[in-house]
Amino acid sequence: MEQTLAQKLLQRNCAEEVKEPGQIVQCKVSLVLANDITAPLAIESLAKMGADKVFDRDKIALVCDHFTPNKDIESAEQVKKVREFARRLNITHYYEGGNVGVEHALLPELGLVGPGDIVVGADSHTCTYGGLGAFATGLGSTDIAGAMALGETWFKVPESILVNIFGELDEYVGAKDLILYLIGQIGVDGALYKALEFTGEVVENMDIEGRMTMANMAIEAGGKVGLFPADSKTLAYAKEHGRDGDEQIFPDPGAEYVRRVDIDVTGMSPQVACPHLPENVRPVEELKDVVVDQVVLGSCTNGRISDLRDAARILKGHKVAKNVRFIVLPATPAIYRQALEEGLLEIFAEAEAIIGPPTCGPCLGGHMGILAAGEKCLATTNRNFKGRMGSLDSEVYLGSPMVAAATAITGKITHPREI
Amino acid sequence: MQYTGRVHKVGDHIDTDAIIPARFLVTTDPEELGKNCFEGLEEGWIKRVQPGDVIVAGKNFGCGSSREHAPIAILGAGINVVIAHSFARIFYRNGFNMGLVLLEIGDKIEEIKEGDELQIDAVKGVIENKTTGQTIKTAPIPEFMQEILQKGGLINYVRDRLSA
Repeated sequence: MEQTLAQKLLQRNCAEEVKEPGQIVQCKVSLVLANDITAPLAIESLAKMGADKVFDRDKIALVCDHFTPNKDIESAEQVKKVREFARRLNITHYYEGGNVGVEHALLPELGLVGPGDIVVGADSHTCTYGGLGAFATGLGSTDIAGAMALGETWFKVPESILVNIFGELDEYVGAKDLILYLIGQIGVDGALYKALEFTGEVVENMDIEGRMTMANMAIEAGGKVGLFPADSKTLAYAKEHGRDGDEQIFPDPGAEYVRRVDIDVTGMSPQVACPHLPENVRPVEELKDVVVDQVVLGSCTNGRISDLRDAARILKGHKVAKNVRFIVLPATPAIYRQALEEGLLEIFAEAEAIIGPPTCGPCLGGHMGILAAGEKCLATTNRNFKGRMGSLDSEVYLGSPMVAAATAITGKITHPREI
Repeated sequence: MQYTGRVHKVGDHIDTDAIIPARFLVTTDPEELGKNCFEGLEEGWIKRVQPGDVIVAGKNFGCGSSREHAPIAILGAGINVVIAHSFARIFYRNGFNMGLVLLEIGDKIEEIKEGDELQIDAVKGVIENKTTGQTIKTAPIPEFMQEILQKGGLINYVRDRLSA
């Protein structure tokens, strides 16, 4: 039978034959992830399951990235619980200090995830690794505890939607704009229970960081996974990050898709999602009168080195507008060091941006950039739910790193071409 | 599994930040989380809830984060059943794993109004509206989910497998 990419990836890790959507299959997992919010619950569930060990101490990643550096006593206690667990079980991949980064930027960088893997994480943006040709999806803490104990979990084989992207990309339009555009087209439940599989010349030409940005937001369309084929670029990335023996993986020609979405990017503007859902997407020009109080550049969606480069290119030689707080959070220590080396941090500092440590902080309204009532923020993050970044009466707009930099300069949502 | 309760309606795309905002995620205690249930939807929402009440929601309920704190907060607030047009995928799994009963009924959601009294048979998937006299039938829960429910949740399921 011809298999979609989703079916093919499940099949590689499953003993029984993957036949059709709706089938429930048991799969071996390659890596199990949890963070400082979700790991404490998983640790409690593991204890209740009577599990005193994990299936493989090298295949568990515990990344304390949400409330770190710890914002208060309660979060310090949570991280302490995770740290003690990691030490007791001698977990290889535990990160909380100068080694910690935003989990979905950190794990690919460390070569812990890659083509053909099944990755489950107690974080909804685990789907990011679909950019590397991995079947990667978010689960709850107890599901994660089960996977930590058993080394496997169950999946319902999803139907797949094929997203074909073609045409000529404008120099100010990138991966973030494309995924926002798609979510605007199909809605926040447009891919509910389904796999999004990306194809087309734009996808083939896109670098791995861009693919991860797009896969990251598959969950924002309700998707189970957002998948890119593992091509020669994917293998080069994996090898560069210390992985060996990966193979190219493509869907079978003739595989069946439940829906096909064609997107011609020719003439497309940068896209911005308006409050309070990621599907409220409009071209940036239509929002030029929106005045903002804060701009955030960072997160598992857009805190990678290419994102910082894009923003710095726009920002260079300019100052952040007087009434704007521009928060820049490189997603990992390696990205931070790279940005330092390339002079990007100097550009941000000269422009009077606030440069913070790698953390999920403001993305989820955790800390380091919480909004007061009535405030507006343009962020490169992935969610603009009501109250997501602070007050229920604040507003979050989502955009690309270039739009973020342009907006920080003018204090209003701005097309980067205007700078 | 039979439940009786009064309906609280919520809209489409109720996300996990609405169910339990991130600032409350510094605990895993059900009672503490329950006190702040739906605080991201409306401040003080929990004050109108009686234990045993039922939530009736629109499309894509529970979208957003994988945080299991969301179903735990709902259970902690004394709510055992959520009926929705549809559920977000991770929330759907988490709900069953935690023992929160989730019933998906599509457009029939329109037939249930705020304050209606419902009698629910979770195994058969039958919802009787005592206020209007109507009965709504839903698709049976998938076999594998039934197995997890029969074992009393995923924790027992894994415990049994580990000791087998």
